[in-house]
Amino acid sequence: MLLCISNGNIINGKGGVFLGKDILIEKDRIVEIGTNLSKKVHRVIDATDMWVIPGLIDAHCHLREPGFEYKEDIVSGTRSAAAGGFTSVACMPNTEPAIDNAAMVQYIKLKSASEGKVRVYPIAAITQGRKGKHITEMGEMKKAGAVALSDDGDPVSDANVMRLALEYAKQFGLLIISHCEDKSLVADGVMNEGYVSTILGLKGITRAAEEVMVARDVILSEITGAPIHIAHVSTAGAVDIIRHAKSRGIPVTCETAPHYFSATDEWVENYDTNAKVNPPLRTQRDVEAIKEGLRDGTIDIIATDHAPHHIDEKEVEFNLAANGISGFETAFSLSYTHLVDTGLLSLEELVAKLSTTPAQILGIPGGVLDIGLPADITIVDTKREYIVNRDKFYSKGKNTPFHGKKLKGKVIYTIVGGKVVYDKEVLT
Amino acid sequence: MALKRKDILGLRDMTQEEIVKILDTAETMKHILKQNNKKTPHLQGKSIVNLFYENSTRTRLSFELASKYMSASSANISASSSSVAKGESLIDTCRTIERMGADVIVIRHPMSGAAHIAARHVNTSIINAGDGMNEHPTQALLDLFTIRETKDTIEGLKVAIIGDIYHSRVARSNIWGLSKMGAKVAVAGPSTLLPIELDKTGTKVYQSVEEAVDGADVVMVLRLQKERQQKGLLPSLREYSQIYGLNMERLKLAKKDVLLLHPGPINRGVEITSDVADGIHSQIQEQVTNGVAVRMALLYLITRQRGQHDASLY
Repeated sequence: MLLCISNGNIINGKGGVFLGKDILIEKDRIVEIGTNLSKKVHRVIDATDMWVIPGLIDAHCHLREPGFEYKEDIVSGTRSAAAGGFTSVACMPNTEPAIDNAAMVQYIKLKSASEGKVRVYPIAAITQGRKGKHITEMGEMKKAGAVALSDDGDPVSDANVMRLALEYAKQFGLLIISHCEDKSLVADGVMNEGYVSTILGLKGITRAAEEVMVARDVILSEITGAPIHIAHVSTAGAVDIIRHAKSRGIPVTCETAPHYFSATDEWVENYDTNAKVNPPLRTQRDVEAIKEGLRDGTIDIIATDHAPHHIDEKEVEFNLAANGISGFETAFSLSYTHLVDTGLLSLEELVAKLSTTPAQILGIPGGVLDIGLPADITIVDTKREYIVNRDKFYSKGKNTPFHGKKLKGKVIYTIVGGKVVYDKEVLT
Repeated sequence: MALKRKDILGLRDMTQEEIVKILDTAETMKHILKQNNKKTPHLQGKSIVNLFYENSTRTRLSFELASKYMSASSANISASSSSVAKGESLIDTCRTIERMGADVIVIRHPMSGAAHIAARHVNTSIINAGDGMNEHPTQALLDLFTIRETKDTIEGLKVAIIGDIYHSRVARSNIWGLSKMGAKVAVAGPSTLLPIELDKTGTKVYQSVEEAVDGADVVMVLRLQKERQQKGLLPSLREYSQIYGLNMERLKLAKKDVLLLHPGPINRGVEITSDVADGIHSQIQEQVTNGVAVRMALLYLITRQRGQHDASLY
């Protein structure tokens, strides 16, 4: 089987940009990059005027399996990922039961290998049952295929447990991804604390709830010398703390999610539960700080924090509604619209944030297009404008505040290991 | 003229014209309340359901009596004795009530935005009888009515609201309503009970009761929920009453003819002393009567347009 992506503009993820070139794929690998490669092949994808980029890699998503298959499962979640241009995703362990032992890690690996549309890399729990008390069998989970550790959804509240986890994980080369949230400061808050929470009469969550723990974790990273990755950075203050930590040489990396540079707490107006997410949507000042962090490199990557929920968990009182946004299928377009189309980042820089760097941080293959490498490729049309329609989402989770919004830049093809899984905007 | 809206969810999204219309109508209703025979046919053939997820004496009873005085069929549901206790959702409960033919559902709920969510899912009119910390529009309307009745106008008055502003839906509705009617609003309370960035609404925020009350035409004292102290927002009720309680000495800083209001129920000796609550400036009892008149006006205005809605309007 020979496949040719013809006449596309290629960003290879290692500094190379080639306009109007062909990529030849044999079976699962890239075998040639050049011109006039479309003869005698089984299929030609015409990528004229489109960008051919390394397949997107999501370092933070929730596939919900096992335990919450009514929200999402590996089949629907990876279909959604494919439609969003992702060829590899790392899924969080806040399942039921939690992914906190080697058998569970293997289960996710096997299940996703047989049913998944894209590559799935399990992130395992830091503590047993994600309860924040006792560290997990990190060595065995690493052997079983865990790419990182996180209690995402909940913080490791006990600072000493986090310190021990960092020390223990370091010897196996496992990265800890920290969900930074001081629960005592959150109290019973349900949205960002600010003018909007005041006028809506909703209890606010102070930005300090995030920033206090970011500060704690970079200090613990410095003390232990263990790398730490801060999940879903949402506040200006957190960006500042991380910028300062990096300047001191602390091995910290971080991510933000598209909604933290595309939306503000004003979107909660009229109690829209689709705008309820944790950490909460912040203010315009935070949005600007997140963008600046992305521009100056303080924020290394963009991760979706894809958090699908059932409609019954969103069509309730705001206080009772589940936190989260279904993010795979809008991530590239939101990033392109708000970061590249506005001139803040180049498309190559965006590719680094959505593919090359996440692969490096997680230590997984991908993020680069080159001869001999697996053909994980995404093809996007950056001129294409469209209206987000959640009813067309492949994800079971229709929970998005971006429904009806006009965005620019769309994923047209997703190729995983030489197989076209999303073909001219249709899932195969 | 009727109100051109399906629901009464709060005063934040209401215009001055609408507020004036409601207050004018309430004046007529108050005349009816003073008559020997209080039965009128205004709501004949209409059905009003009071859906209360929280306890209430004044609001619930005044809605029920308002319905009955105007010949509506009315019924009450409380969360503890209905299918809500079996786990039925707010939306399902409202749909059920709608399909039994209710023209209006009056909702009291402990969570902000509950009435808004209900309103989005049923065609029946929703009146918000208090949602969490957000709004209590019918209370603010009866406060506005009482102020206008006593002072003839609201425009230009200085109104001081004292107490737990953070948790108070009464304060939020009054801040919107008073500012729309041209009053100047000042608030005071302990910092732990003041919401962030409240000054952006145009409200003057003071730390001391004395400053807020100084020269005020109206002083409104809020109920202090005793659980605030249990949650650690206050060191003690004793200190609260010492520093933030309204006593005669502090009231004297206001204008000579100051009007004193309290939404009730009162914690005597905590947020207000009895000599102030029962003194010559107090219209606390009149507020209760006016509450019935205002709710009669709202039920009348909101049901009058039924059948004339264009579905596309909402």
